[in-house]
Amino acid sequence: MTLTQRYRFIYKPLVFAACLLPLAWLACGAFGWFGASLGADPVKELEHECGKTALNLLLLTLAVTPVRELSARPQLLRLRRMLGLFAFFYVLLHFTIYLVLDLELNFATLGADIAKRPYITIGFTALLLLIPLAVTSTNAMMRRLGRRWQALHRLVYVIAILGVWHFYWQVKRDIREPLIYAGILGVLLGYRIVRARMRQRSAAPAGARAVAARAAELTSTSQAVARPRPLGAANNPQ
Amino acid sequence: MKVRVPRIAPSEITPQGVYFSRRALLAGALATGASSLLRAAEAPPAQGAPLSYTANAQYSVKEPPNKFEEIAGYNNFYEFGTDKDSPSRTAHALKPRPWSVKVYGESEVQGTFDLEDILKGVSLEERIYRFRCVEAWSMVVPWVGFPLSTLLARFKPTSRAKYVEFTTLYDPQQMPGQRVRVLTWPYAEGLRIDEAMHPLTLMVVGLYGRVLPNQDGAPLRLIVPWKYGFKGIKSIVKIGFTSTQPRTAWNVAAPDEYGFYANVNPQVDHPRWSQASERRIGAPFLAARRPTLPFNGYAEQVAGLYQGMDLRRYF
Repeated sequence: MTLTQRYRFIYKPLVFAACLLPLAWLACGAFGWFGASLGADPVKELEHECGKTALNLLLLTLAVTPVRELSARPQLLRLRRMLGLFAFFYVLLHFTIYLVLDLELNFATLGADIAKRPYITIGFTALLLLIPLAVTSTNAMMRRLGRRWQALHRLVYVIAILGVWHFYWQVKRDIREPLIYAGILGVLLGYRIVRARMRQRSAAPAGARAVAARAAELTSTSQAVARPRPLGAANNPQ
Repeated sequence: MKVRVPRIAPSEITPQGVYFSRRALLAGALATGASSLLRAAEAPPAQGAPLSYTANAQYSVKEPPNKFEEIAGYNNFYEFGTDKDSPSRTAHALKPRPWSVKVYGESEVQGTFDLEDILKGVSLEERIYRFRCVEAWSMVVPWVGFPLSTLLARFKPTSRAKYVEFTTLYDPQQMPGQRVRVLTWPYAEGLRIDEAMHPLTLMVVGLYGRVLPNQDGAPLRLIVPWKYGFKGIKSIVKIGFTSTQPRTAWNVAAPDEYGFYANVNPQVDHPRWSQASERRIGAPFLAARRPTLPFNGYAEQVAGLYQGMDLRRYF
């Protein structure tokens, strides 16, 4: 089996199924299958679990680049689009549950919430920003946008920050969980900043390059970080 | 006059059959133990021993009460964890007997009283109250208790007693949530003396005709039905009469979000969310959201307490 076949027939279906597990679990709770229950407030449970699953998938999407670079498995990129689209799927579910089950389709309250409640304003902004990314996720769109595709998809950094902030801001008092999300996001974004700096340095004149090389020798991780990434890999998943 | 009550209450030696059936207690304890084993199977919360009480229709709303499983399975009781379902899973560590309450401050009668002494001579009544959480959800709860005023009157507050402050037990062994400083422990709450003496203000010892489950604030909790739920302090060990406004847990934690008064008010939003409507727990899908009523529907009885006050400022 070639790598492409393995991804097409094994890894991708497995990831697809795994991404549906949270939904399956919530469905079990909603319909009382296998003794599962959503507790006394099923609406809030559905709303929160879909939101958290969306955040989990968003962070997983952002983890693809560091993991593939550090583990020298560039092929992992083939899973990223699916993770990102599932994040969008759960964000849409989260919003739909909020609008239909929580607000009970009261559009006046929806408007007031978006305008007046900062945590809903930023959550809704993140949802809107995800739409162009989902729309331009096809191979055809990638080809059409060329270099601009990557620039556009850097929006995901903003979206992830807004998402974690949205979570942090709606918690009443116990902020430990949103802080864990913020910490993981910080590591994922920090990795990119460090990598960009290292690249800048390695592109600098010889003297500076020697210093960068020395620094890279000192830590094994920075060696891995400094490893040149195959050009164009990010825009070309196949 | 200071009253000292002997440390060992007679009831600890001779159980008062009328109030407590030891057999039922034992069954309850066993059920609690079993439920912690069968957590995965979502065993329903254990039922307490039955109480004798009279139903007070005058002070009860006509709305259908929430199920026992909802009231005893969906709790904000941060002493047992911050998830709604953690109190029902971890509150079995609390020992609601023996229990004593310290009374102090601006009152003629002070001292430490055993719970049995506090309950001696009070007539328990069932009142079905609306319960509105500051998080914009609500329930209807059949509490069993007695008016706080009858208890406070026994301590003979002096003219300097302008406020009453209440304190929850502090014991991280029994209350594992206190190992995390989510709030300043022990939890404290307070009322103005006229609010405390209002006939609607209830000292609660039971739910659905039985001894209050630990996760709902056993053995003694406060219910002030026209205020947000966090005013209803649970597992009370101290009652003090003060001349100045007491510090209250949520107000200390976030003074711009939780006021001392915390009267249910659809006009005054929480800084981060609306208080104009609420979702009734247990109501059918798409029919759970309802408008929030001023003073949680008790305006007729209590609005007079706040005449001339700017309720936006004193939220």
